[in-house]
Amino acid sequence: MDKNILLAGVGGQGTILASKIIAGVAEKAGLDVKVAEVHGMAQRGGAVVTYLRFGKKVNSPLIAHREADFLLAFEKLEALRWLSYLKPEGLALVNDMEIYPLPVLTGKASYPDFRERAQGVNFNLIPAREIAKSRNNPRGINMVLLGFLAKRLTFPKEAWLQEIQKRSGKFSEANIACFQAGFTYGA
Amino acid sequence: MAKLMTGNEAIARGAFEAGVKIGVGYPGTPSTEILENFARYPGVYAQWSPNEKVALEVGIGASLAGARTLVTMKHVGVNVAADTLLTLSYTGVNAGLVLVSADDPGLHSSQNEQDNRYYGKLAKIPVLEPSDSEEARKFVKLAYELSEEFDTPVILRTTTRIAHTHTLVIEEEPREVSLKPYVKNPQKYVMVPGNARLRHQVVEERRQKLLEYAEITPLNRIEEGTGDVGFITSGISYQYVKEAFPGSPVLKLGLTWPLPEKLILKFAEKVKTIIVVEELEPYIEEHVRALGLKVVGKEIIPRTGELNHYIVQRAVLKYLGEEIADSLENLDLPQRPPVMCPGCPHRPVFYILSELKLTVTGDIGCYTLGVMPPLGAIDTTVCMGAGIGMALGMEKANPDFSGKTVAVIGDSTFLHSGITPLIDMVYNGGKGTILILDNRTTAMTGHQPHPATGKTLMGEPAPQVDFEALARALGVKRVTTVDPFDLQQLRAVITEEVAAGEVSVVVVRRECALLPNQTREPLTVISEKCTGCQRCLKLGCPAIAIKDKKASIDPLLCNGCGVCAQVCKFSAIIKGGDSLG
Repeated sequence: MDKNILLAGVGGQGTILASKIIAGVAEKAGLDVKVAEVHGMAQRGGAVVTYLRFGKKVNSPLIAHREADFLLAFEKLEALRWLSYLKPEGLALVNDMEIYPLPVLTGKASYPDFRERAQGVNFNLIPAREIAKSRNNPRGINMVLLGFLAKRLTFPKEAWLQEIQKRSGKFSEANIACFQAGFTYGA
Repeated sequence: MAKLMTGNEAIARGAFEAGVKIGVGYPGTPSTEILENFARYPGVYAQWSPNEKVALEVGIGASLAGARTLVTMKHVGVNVAADTLLTLSYTGVNAGLVLVSADDPGLHSSQNEQDNRYYGKLAKIPVLEPSDSEEARKFVKLAYELSEEFDTPVILRTTTRIAHTHTLVIEEEPREVSLKPYVKNPQKYVMVPGNARLRHQVVEERRQKLLEYAEITPLNRIEEGTGDVGFITSGISYQYVKEAFPGSPVLKLGLTWPLPEKLILKFAEKVKTIIVVEELEPYIEEHVRALGLKVVGKEIIPRTGELNHYIVQRAVLKYLGEEIADSLENLDLPQRPPVMCPGCPHRPVFYILSELKLTVTGDIGCYTLGVMPPLGAIDTTVCMGAGIGMALGMEKANPDFSGKTVAVIGDSTFLHSGITPLIDMVYNGGKGTILILDNRTTAMTGHQPHPATGKTLMGEPAPQVDFEALARALGVKRVTTVDPFDLQQLRAVITEEVAAGEVSVVVVRRECALLPNQTREPLTVISEKCTGCQRCLKLGCPAIAIKDKKASIDPLLCNGCGVCAQVCKFSAIIKGGDSLG
């Protein structure tokens, strides 16, 4: 199972933990895995992207134009930024949430209309923030999205739960609740 | 069992397996996590030094005393350590010494994208370039063997996509390496001209031996393939070549100084066209060309920014005459540049500097973000410690600057390289104002301790540098301390000190908003009182937006610093109110 997954969001949103869990599940399945992250300045509220690839053998850690099977987007503008990286049959899983960047906050630019700009692309808008809140875990947005993605991959669910447990520490129960909610969302 | 590790984690692992006992460096993206990970292994000692030059010197001492030593820094850090490095090449080592240079093509978090492979050529010391984490682990171990066999420091050069990419690693058992005895040897270690002349000859002999080694080392290999086009490549670029042209012949170079001339000539015989794929400078290409070979390189492969397999594939196919579709469409989306966090203690400083319309010579750290609109307060940023000397130079060239210029520098950066230019300002009669933005940590690289935090990398308590006392000891008579969250006082102090007509140091002290216990009750806008004047937007705080022509604060993002409430002229912003959404 070769897959290319892009995780896009705003620095501080938890994209890195989500990518670690996906990578952990793929690794346990005996696959080659590469995950390329961004650290440093961009983490301060800037646009961040993580490239995650797994399969029999992975060379380049990066994903190029029209190569992604999934775009896991934590914010709508960041989803738009990477839509063209999806394969024609690829799917964007998008947290239905807007975080205004500075040019929008200061009125220099307007926030784009997601549905208009995403025409012709397969996408799911997921109210991950609301779902996470309803599970009393407002920081669990990444887990909701992860659950939704997990449903669309073929790894055993148990492997996901183990990996989340391993990496969530004292938040493990709250994170699993959000993961389950994402897993069953829209099903 | 295979384990996912970043290149940085793998380097730490490799050093541990090689029996390294001492790790030393200065934080800098993308190198920082090497020492943080190394410090967690049993039986090792690791420390942050105030800057890279000191780090390398501590490393030399450790090597002479007989311990295998790891020294880590980012690419521009090697410039700081360069004076030490170039003569270390002459003295050689006792126990193995490996210097990790983490380069940053694409400038993810740097002020330039210099190619540090040239340091190998300049200093005549071996350069190893791993292509993934497993190679990083293995190459570090081999680097210690080389260092001791050839009596030389060795550079392990990574780039961001090696340092911060997780790939699979097979761990091995650590090796116990006992301390090598120290033998006094002034001819080798005291570089007075008479000794250094002799050591230069030793360096040349070493270069010859390394050249022979380069031809036979498993670090370099020819991967057979089909077709007339062959690639010469190293580091992460190797992965891009394999992805784009999986079946083509490749000469993979793991040792990029010195380069293996015979091996390159042998590879050239196998193919009709040689394409060199490397990020940044035509370092390998120049060498291949000098061998008299016809080679394709930077005329098709970009010399700026980082590469990926897509860029490589398109460039090569286009060169080979294939039709290439147009590249990415212009997306025309609002940019999302990094910003200071909500509650960042730097924000009010730049708000005031912008309001007072001062010339601001800046420095390297989170506060460099003070250049971004709407704050737009910084005039210059060059490198660590540059702002203070530049402020002095400006007033020497034009005295008008002395009444309207401030240098801003962070706490860790001041300790790194701000003290000597402050001495210069005092000594040479400068009148500048220096703001030490003391947020009690090395924030940008992920909160490393430094000599003023009272903690070490090993988690031990430590004495704290007292900035105010230090400034006074250097001869600064006007030293003030101010809390940046008290906007009125901050404005008053900066105004007074800039006008003072002599050197002054203002320590602006408040913990980084990301340190523990720095979150307070969020603020709320009283809609009826808000006139929509947008003054609060001038702070550039990500928690404040305009909704229906009125200011609105996102309680999930707000850190409760209260600076916006002080900026508002209509008392429309108050503590508390609407709690967590």
